[in-house]
Amino acid sequence: MDSAFIIEKSVFIVAVFAITMIMAMYSTWAERKVAAYLQDRVGPNRAGWGGLLQPLADGMKLFAKEEFFPNTPNRFLFIVGPAIAMSTALMTSAVIPWGDKLEIFGRTVILQATDIDVALLYVFGIISVGVYGIMIGGWASNNKFSLMSSVRAASQMVSYEVAMGLSIIALLMMTGTLSLKEIAAQQAGMNWNVFYQPVGFLIFLICAFAETNRTPFDLAECESELIGGYHTEYSSMKMGFYLFAEYANMFISSAILAVLYFGAYNYPGMQWMVDNVGVNAANILGIVVLFIKICFFIFFYMWIRWTIPRFRYDQLMHLGWKILIPLAIVNIMVTGVCILVFK
Amino acid sequence: MSTAIQNISLSGKKKQVSNKEMTFLERMYLVAIVKGLWITIKHFFRKKATIHYPEQVREFSPVYRGQHMLKRDEQGRENCTACGLCALSCPAEAITMKAEERKKGEEHLYREEKYASIYEINMLRCIFCGLCEEACPKDAIYLTLSKELVPAQYDREDFIFGKDKLVMPLEMALKNTQLKNAN
Repeated sequence: MDSAFIIEKSVFIVAVFAITMIMAMYSTWAERKVAAYLQDRVGPNRAGWGGLLQPLADGMKLFAKEEFFPNTPNRFLFIVGPAIAMSTALMTSAVIPWGDKLEIFGRTVILQATDIDVALLYVFGIISVGVYGIMIGGWASNNKFSLMSSVRAASQMVSYEVAMGLSIIALLMMTGTLSLKEIAAQQAGMNWNVFYQPVGFLIFLICAFAETNRTPFDLAECESELIGGYHTEYSSMKMGFYLFAEYANMFISSAILAVLYFGAYNYPGMQWMVDNVGVNAANILGIVVLFIKICFFIFFYMWIRWTIPRFRYDQLMHLGWKILIPLAIVNIMVTGVCILVFK
Repeated sequence: MSTAIQNISLSGKKKQVSNKEMTFLERMYLVAIVKGLWITIKHFFRKKATIHYPEQVREFSPVYRGQHMLKRDEQGRENCTACGLCALSCPAEAITMKAEERKKGEEHLYREEKYASIYEINMLRCIFCGLCEEACPKDAIYLTLSKELVPAQYDREDFIFGKDKLVMPLEMALKNTQLKNAN
């Protein structure tokens, strides 16, 4: 391991971190803008052109707010909660292949922070830990509403993780690998997994909505029943971290959706580009393509939010346990049969 | 042709609802969700209803009662003679005034021999009912002329509008005269 390698990876990690943060920041802006446009309004448009400085203004406001501590015996856990939520939201980006490779100064730079061969398991593990941020925060708030909300969030995430995992198994049977880099490489051209696994994709998509606590599964936040939800007692930047983590999660899950099912950085004619125009140009276009896919999914999250009303809690559990899990198991079996027959 | 009472729909929107069992396709809700997405995305490209307030102002109706204006006549003289009928008629007791006699050489400023040296309306008390306008025998006070809203202020004192804010600007009076002569 030479020093150039360490520098290369450090630069790449910092870049990924920065991009994730910027995407999360501008997701808050996009959320408000999309919400406004879908409701025939114009949305934020005072801070900067088209309201583009709005996220900065919001961030500055959150930093300047008073730090309030509720009367809680768990001051330490109260601080740890948002920290876990934020760090788990950022950690998943380590294994996502943002592109194939670039050639800089005669070196081949792999556009992935680390290519571990259990990348998908790693992602699932980190996402599961994300629940602890909400759970600990709600518990340490010493507030019944917060606790109730975090219990809701935790049980929802745990139940939907099962269906999510099962829907992924069908995909793994096809790809035969857990490495996201290889899964991305297998989908070259228009060979996207979504065409082979439409049901799996649908289950994964629904579960991704539930995992990120987005509408129609945003039962953890509920003004009419639970005041603010698990972050009722939070103020200042700790509150900001929770909200920010939600948007970072949204970005990461959009990235995973794009990588697993929508061909990652692949686009039709990529091989032709590599042969005729050059590796760098082809791969930079690949990164752009991946970001277009990610942005589409982020938009889709927001689009859904203003289309579908939320579930009642029993409906949520019904959908998770009685419909998605059996469906995912059937999907596994059908996939198995198809693999046996066609390969 | 007579229609049965249960079939009459005055709004034309009446719809017979049914409690029939949903089919499997309907129970999946996927078709309904796609339809819903189509409806919302159409709104995304629709013309926005927002009026960008400080830059754009909503058009007033011709009878809209906004900020009061003390009118000038065709030669730019103030109509008000400080008779006090507006103050008397005001249900919110928002108007006060002080009368003064017109001196020699002020004939170009005031139409009548008596005028209001101080004329104040407390905009926090005013309910914009327009009774002052109806009571005025000299056509002096109007709520429909200014086409302005009373702006927000930080202090209560700032809501007491004196003659400096209420009297019609001289240029406006002269312009009105010009327009009248042109017609």
